[in-house]
Amino acid sequence: MNVVQAAESLLALSQQEELEDLSKDDPLSPSEDEGDIDGERKHKKLLEAISSLDGKNRRKLAERSEASLKVSEFNVTSEGSGEKLVLSDLLGPVKTSSSLAAVKKQLNRVKSKKTVELPLNKEEVERARTPLEQEVFNLLHKNKQPVTDPLLTPVEKASLKAMSLEEAKMHRAELQRARALQSYYEARARREKKIKSKKYHKVLKKGRVRKALKEFEKLRKVNPTVALEELEKIEKARMMERMSLKHQNSGKWAKSKAIMAKYDLEARQAMQEQLARNKELTQKLQAASDSEEEEEGAEEEGELVPDAVNEIQMDANGPNPWMLRNHSRGTKEIKVQDPEQLPEPVAHEASENEEEDRPGAEEEILLNEFEERRSLRKKSGLSQEAKLVSRQEPKDSSSQEVLSELRALSQKLNQENQQSGKQNVSSVRTVLAVQREEPTEAEEEPLLLQRPERAHTMEKLEELGKEGCFQNKEVPRPVGEGQQSERNPDNQPGAPKEKKRKEQMIDLQNLLTTKSSSVKSLAVPMTVEELEDEEERDQKQMIKEAFAGDDVIRDFLKEKREAVEASKPKDVDLTLPGWGEWGGMGLKPSAKKRRRFLIKTPEGPPRKDKNLPNVIINEKRNVHAAAHQVRVLPYPFTHHRQFERTIQTPIGSTWNTQRAFQKLTTPKVVTKPGHIIKPIKAEDVGYRSSSRSDLSVVQRNPKQLSIRHKKHLKKNSVD
Amino acid sequence: MSRPRRTDFRPKNANIAKKSRISRKRQLPKKPRERRNLEPQRSVSGAQDPFPGPAPVPVEVARKFRRIDKSKKLPHSKSKTRSRLEVAEAEEEEISIKAARSELLLAEEPGFLEGEDGEDTAKIRQADIVEAVDIASAAKHFDLNLRQFGPYRLNYSPTGRHLAFGGRRGHVATLDWVTKRLMCEINVMEAVRDIRFLHSEALLAVAQNRWLHIYDNQGIELHCIRRCDRVTRLEFLPFHFLLATASETGFLTYLDVSVGKIMAALNARAGRLDVMTKNPYNAVIHLGHSNGTVSLWSPAMKEPLAKILCHRGGVRAVAVDSTGTYMATSGLDHQLKIFDLRGTFQPLGARTLPQGAGHLAFSQRGLLAAGMGDVVNIWAGQGKASPPSLEQPYLTHRLSGHVHGLHFCPFEDVLGVGHNGGITSMLVPGAAEPNFDGLESNPYRSQKQRQEWEVKALLEKVPAELICLDPRALAEVDVISLEQEKKERIERLGYDPEAKAPFQPKPKQKGRSSTASLVKRKRKVMDEEHRDKVRQSLEQQPQKQEKKAKPLRARPSALDRFVR
Repeated sequence: MNVVQAAESLLALSQQEELEDLSKDDPLSPSEDEGDIDGERKHKKLLEAISSLDGKNRRKLAERSEASLKVSEFNVTSEGSGEKLVLSDLLGPVKTSSSLAAVKKQLNRVKSKKTVELPLNKEEVERARTPLEQEVFNLLHKNKQPVTDPLLTPVEKASLKAMSLEEAKMHRAELQRARALQSYYEARARREKKIKSKKYHKVLKKGRVRKALKEFEKLRKVNPTVALEELEKIEKARMMERMSLKHQNSGKWAKSKAIMAKYDLEARQAMQEQLARNKELTQKLQAASDSEEEEEGAEEEGELVPDAVNEIQMDANGPNPWMLRNHSRGTKEIKVQDPEQLPEPVAHEASENEEEDRPGAEEEILLNEFEERRSLRKKSGLSQEAKLVSRQEPKDSSSQEVLSELRALSQKLNQENQQSGKQNVSSVRTVLAVQREEPTEAEEEPLLLQRPERAHTMEKLEELGKEGCFQNKEVPRPVGEGQQSERNPDNQPGAPKEKKRKEQMIDLQNLLTTKSSSVKSLAVPMTVEELEDEEERDQKQMIKEAFAGDDVIRDFLKEKREAVEASKPKDVDLTLPGWGEWGGMGLKPSAKKRRRFLIKTPEGPPRKDKNLPNVIINEKRNVHAAAHQVRVLPYPFTHHRQFERTIQTPIGSTWNTQRAFQKLTTPKVVTKPGHIIKPIKAEDVGYRSSSRSDLSVVQRNPKQLSIRHKKHLKKNSVD
Repeated sequence: MSRPRRTDFRPKNANIAKKSRISRKRQLPKKPRERRNLEPQRSVSGAQDPFPGPAPVPVEVARKFRRIDKSKKLPHSKSKTRSRLEVAEAEEEEISIKAARSELLLAEEPGFLEGEDGEDTAKIRQADIVEAVDIASAAKHFDLNLRQFGPYRLNYSPTGRHLAFGGRRGHVATLDWVTKRLMCEINVMEAVRDIRFLHSEALLAVAQNRWLHIYDNQGIELHCIRRCDRVTRLEFLPFHFLLATASETGFLTYLDVSVGKIMAALNARAGRLDVMTKNPYNAVIHLGHSNGTVSLWSPAMKEPLAKILCHRGGVRAVAVDSTGTYMATSGLDHQLKIFDLRGTFQPLGARTLPQGAGHLAFSQRGLLAAGMGDVVNIWAGQGKASPPSLEQPYLTHRLSGHVHGLHFCPFEDVLGVGHNGGITSMLVPGAAEPNFDGLESNPYRSQKQRQEWEVKALLEKVPAELICLDPRALAEVDVISLEQEKKERIERLGYDPEAKAPFQPKPKQKGRSSTASLVKRKRKVMDEEHRDKVRQSLEQQPQKQEKKAKPLRARPSALDRFVR
């Protein structure tokens, strides 16, 4: 039974395999050795299966390692024979029977088919089908990038192999150290940032600025190209600063100072300083345009560039003064470059796209600036051509990297004027004729890298901007100052105050100029007058009207502010200078002490005119009128409002009808004139009942009087 | 100062009788009196009273005379206090009903001018009106041609019977303008800046070039007040017997004419003062200044009670209506504005006039007259207590010269205009109060009556220091002094006598007064008090929530900040 079952299971297995093969229907064939390995495995499996056939006898027999001709009768191995044991051999009975022929045939068929293994072989995967895939694979192959195994490139593998354990350890330690240092640095920075002392920060900033300046100076002497880069950065920082308008009057500090400036001289000074700073920062860097070269260039330019071109530029830019300035600068540059430019071929221009032009030009401008200044400082007696040559040399050697970076930075800038751009291109070409091919390839890189790099530089520049704002002083700005100040009219020292007041004023102004629809009068007053007296008066009136002040509102607001200030309760200062500390002239009690002995009066109720901008209501108490008011609450009343309610109605005849007046003023008891009122006796009080009625008392309103009241009356009057 | 007017049953005149165009207002059909459920009482003759009981009073009329503001919540009061309050309220109600009932006696109705369909009343000329009205009323329109003595200022006496005018070149005259009987006429040989009747027509104050002079009705100079020099404007406060003078030197001086004493001389600190008016409601003086502000003054205070910024240019004229609710101002910016004087001082309406108004005057019933050059415009309000609407003038009139003084005659529908060419008396239907108070200002009083009134008025004189923005402040308790005194008393006694004593359980017999039970009883009372408190707070909570909920509903959007 056992044998039969095992055989059956084996059969089922093989059949399954076959079925799979059929379904796969893959024409791909596995390689030779693969097939061998597979065969061996199968073989082992089979052996195991066979060994497991005899149930309990699982003792593994030792294998023979050396060849021997002796074969034990118990242990049959196929090793020596060199023949493979085939399933069919085992399956088949000793004597072939016809009934198993069909199965055998089937098995053979199965065998004839090649099995397909999963996962597919690498080569199969690698097969690129679509043209895109082909392209990608091509690229990857060329760059020796891993295609199938994406974990490590051959280079990396090599490096892995190259790094020993010790090296790795060292490397790790180094990394750890760097990380620790970074964290220390961060912690320190955080702590320093938390320091609130303004003075500390000021000193720190100044120190940083000084350092940066020194470095810059040094750099300029040593490595002008890097210095140029720095310069660019500084300029950028200035621009950022300007964009953020940090030194305008919109900050919290500036606002508070603006309020104080009215009263405090120091605050005013601080504000003015601030404004000066703002002005300084908002000034654009100027090229050293006062050199003779440019004047020459200007003359040349007049010949070279037709007026029409310039006009077009103007049109394209509109009234934007910034753009205008840029163009003029650009053209100036052209002037400088012109003598060289003319002989150069212009072939490159066409191939170059417009985007590159501008940055190149700008870079050129900066370079020129820098070089010019340097050359001026040197006061070299060289001729202009010699200068130009000297100028070109450093460019050729080092400006290429700088250029590419700058290009990346300023690629986003708008290209407004194509004419000037083209001219700039030509100028650039002259310089960079040799290195033409390089940038075109390098162009692609910046395109990919542009974003992060840019952001990075921005951050840096922001940092720098705070430190390096003083460096702008260094840069000469000889011309165009007037222009600058015109552009920033807000820089006037009075501006912040005006702005602030406006907020308040608008309201009032609206109030004063509401709905001024003119009257449609039937009888328009005649202006023609015969009397000279009248004329004179009219004239006076007109003069008055002409001089009717517009500062009325301001004056009124000022007055109101003063009134509010005056009505505020004053704090009581009980500090005695000299107590508990040194006394003498010019010694002030400490702030702490003053704070301790300052009794703050609670704020009173809000002013009545708080929400009425055009009104000042006097909050002072009318003491004279208060003298006439009731100041003691009579008996049954516990709150002043209760009592007030009972005295609201006037009782005088002026405010009442005659009848009402009489009723209100009736005395409770009316006596008849001439009648004697005797003193009270005991019996009247109730010791003995008396039925005598008092005739002398006339009750006006007997119904209204209560019984108790009647008793009271009786008490008082006796006949 | 609003009071029910006692009626005098003499023939009334102020109303302009009607022709086709100007017609008397139709009488409102009287509401049929409600029949009472009471059984009609039979008299001896057997006749039945068809309307038994007291006459019913319309509620809204009675409300006019109410003084107690019941909308204000009172703190919780004990029974005794409550009974007192109830008595006071009942009294007030009764009095107001009585006053409302006496309204019936105000028989006269105000005049009015009504155009035919679509007709503008401003187009109706004085001649038309004169033609339409009865002879007596027509006689009230007249012109005095006084070209010789320059532009005139004028003033009507408080009763409205007498007219005083003074020309700049010294001409001063008073006359009974109804009968046109001249009382006196003098030339003071000095520039006359302003002229004003004192409390009666017997006394006349004239602001002359140098000093203030007082004349009697025969033109005899009674006083020369040298402490009031270079006076430009005069105002008289009849209930305080104060003559307020504004001078070129910038001083506002209050002169008590009953005792001849200067009560206060206030420096306005605003240069020359030549714009002044009084608020008839609270006797506050309004001064207009060259910096566009109007300041409100009381003799009790050294500083103005309030300052209102009204115009961009200087203020040329100010007027306050008789109820003290509205103030009209005109400035050098050619604007005419109406301000609300009830606490807020905000402009209610504004209008740009072609030449700007140099003079303004309010009539008793709230008509506003403005003198612009040689034209007088009059605006009327919609209702009784509404401000004059500046949309459409009610009347216009052109004069023969520049306006120099405007004054509405009390109790007559007449506007007196002083100008270069003399005096013009215009008819303005509906300007004045038709019913006068016979005891207060009786136009027909005899000399004896006047003397009687004078004595009474002097006895009722209001002290000058009581002038303040709210005349009803006298009916309020001086809370500050009250608190102060209470504090001092507590300090003196060492304890608060009005503080509630802590609960002390009464001793009880038969061992029920053990400490435990005492504590228990105390605890009980304490808990009860606590519960009361909680209950009260719970009651208040929904109210608070409602209060909170309201603003939530009408939550302003972020864009509302841009709305002006």
